[in-house]
Amino acid sequence: MTISEKILAAHSGKEALSPGELINAQVDFILANDITAPIAIDEFKKIGTQSVFNKDRIAFIPDHFAPQKDIKAAEQCKILKEFSKAFDLGLYFEVGRMGIEHALLPEEGLVVPGDLIIGADSHTCTYGALGAFSTGVGSTDFASAMATGECWFKVPESMKFIYYGKLNKWVGGKDLILHTIGDIGVDGALYRAMEFEGEIIRMLPMHARLTMCNMAIEAGGKNGIIVPDEITEGYVKKRAKRKYNFYSSDKDATYVEVREYDCSKIPITVSCPHLPSNTKPAEELSQVTVDQIVIGSCTNGRIEDLREAAQVIKGKKVHDYVRMIVIPATQKIYLQAVKEGLAEIFINAGAVFSTPTCGPCLGGHMGVLAEGERAIATTNRNFAGRMGHPKSEVYLSNPSTAAASAVLGRISIPEEVV
Amino acid sequence: MILKGRVWKFGNNIDTDAIIPARYLNTSDPKELAKHVMEDADKDFPAKVKKGDIIIAENNFGCGSSREHAPIAIKAAGVQAVIAKSFARIFYRNAFNIGLPIFESDEASEKTKQGDEIEIDADRGIIKNITKNEQYISKPIPSFMQELISAGGLIEWTKRKMAILNQPT
Ligand code: SF4
Repeated sequence: MTISEKILAAHSGKEALSPGELINAQVDFILANDITAPIAIDEFKKIGTQSVFNKDRIAFIPDHFAPQKDIKAAEQCKILKEFSKAFDLGLYFEVGRMGIEHALLPEEGLVVPGDLIIGADSHTCTYGALGAFSTGVGSTDFASAMATGECWFKVPESMKFIYYGKLNKWVGGKDLILHTIGDIGVDGALYRAMEFEGEIIRMLPMHARLTMCNMAIEAGGKNGIIVPDEITEGYVKKRAKRKYNFYSSDKDATYVEVREYDCSKIPITVSCPHLPSNTKPAEELSQVTVDQIVIGSCTNGRIEDLREAAQVIKGKKVHDYVRMIVIPATQKIYLQAVKEGLAEIFINAGAVFSTPTCGPCLGGHMGVLAEGERAIATTNRNFAGRMGHPKSEVYLSNPSTAAASAVLGRISIPEEVV
Repeated sequence: MILKGRVWKFGNNIDTDAIIPARYLNTSDPKELAKHVMEDADKDFPAKVKKGDIIIAENNFGCGSSREHAPIAIKAAGVQAVIAKSFARIFYRNAFNIGLPIFESDEASEKTKQGDEIEIDADRGIIKNITKNEQYISKPIPSFMQELISAGGLIEWTKRKMAILNQPT
């Protein structure tokens, strides 16, 4: 069996299972945010139960329109707070302690290897980087799981992606996953588990693994997953709040498809409007001018991402007609960036350095695009209207490329700047 | 269940930002959401759509975010069913969970035109094009999904399950 099948089997009391089977499984952890939780809470109330399955395994994280951007958003966030109070939930994250959910939960050791996790947010697939089976669901699924601790799943077929060779300079997890989505398309892994492996993955640091698994959904994947190893152990042992289990894939496990990538052939990669699969080498886009740079999100808002961007922009200035917005994904990252002097580097360059929020990633607040404006962002989606006006454009890249583009006011590779 | 209505056509990869843009997600009121349904794919759609209409799209309908606001907005706008060649998986789950009937059919997607009158026989998986006098097949709905539909959605299904579990033995 594959690692995905083993985790699903272990949580549904089965010795073995195979793709296509419908199972009811026990979940270890569930989460929802200020957009999805209000509907979930409404649905939960309809069930009519007075208790939740486990008060310490339910996270409510207001991060999308928080800090509360307007009255409607404040009302939404309030629903999470009131419910958490009423049910005495242990994991409500108020502004000031919150972060973007998918950066916060692994950082806090609240989601661990071997877990079965569902989240009312599509990027819940991020935690597969830890060797967990983790997938996004809707609010109603979340509501039902909150009551019962269970969720129904169709066991997905697994697809394997093998990365070998040598990484080019400035190429990281973001480029690997954008390249992969460009290769298979936005529905290339529809309903499937995406398992990443190979010599490059084995040496890839945790932040880059999180970036890759984060974007499995952008290829239609049900989950992204990496078999845990020493790097995983190093990351979780100092954080995990619970016991964890390392699962691995059997040598004779079945995959519907195996793809191999020679990483020496993967350039710095950018997704062009309006689909993540619309990828091009960054070098071919030097004619594209930009109005806004966003460095942040659950994809690339971790400390390593900020360091990478700071390394490029240090001592330089953001282009006169460009606004650069840097958003650390959690309070811890924010503080760390201040301590390391990264905040100073960004502010001296003429960027804003903001409190954690999803904000511009979904065109919510803190950096929304006007008609005809164009952004390059380290986020994960570039659908039409994603960051603002339906006639604005978003290009997706890694942090160093976004930072270089801020300096030159057009899409640039880091080499042109440093 | 027989569903009869007028067709609106859409293309590939209609994402959840096109179905209901994130800028409207600071509310979850179905009526509010319905006012903006499909607006970024066709800005006049909210004004044109009528109760009972049916959306027919191509591949990967509903890709992107997990927002249940997407099927809710479609349903609240009066659209009674969505047919596509394929659906993104979270949208697929959400649609069944909230009781928006969806059908997978390559033929219907390829052969219908905007404005055609069609009739879906949900139990038999047959889609009749009344305008063109044609008939298409849709993929059968998995039995667990049928169970969800006949229970009236996931919440009702969960209620029943919990009632059985909590019965004194
Ligand atoms: S940062 Fe963007 S993609 Fe990530 S959870 Fe927030 S809105 Fe979603």
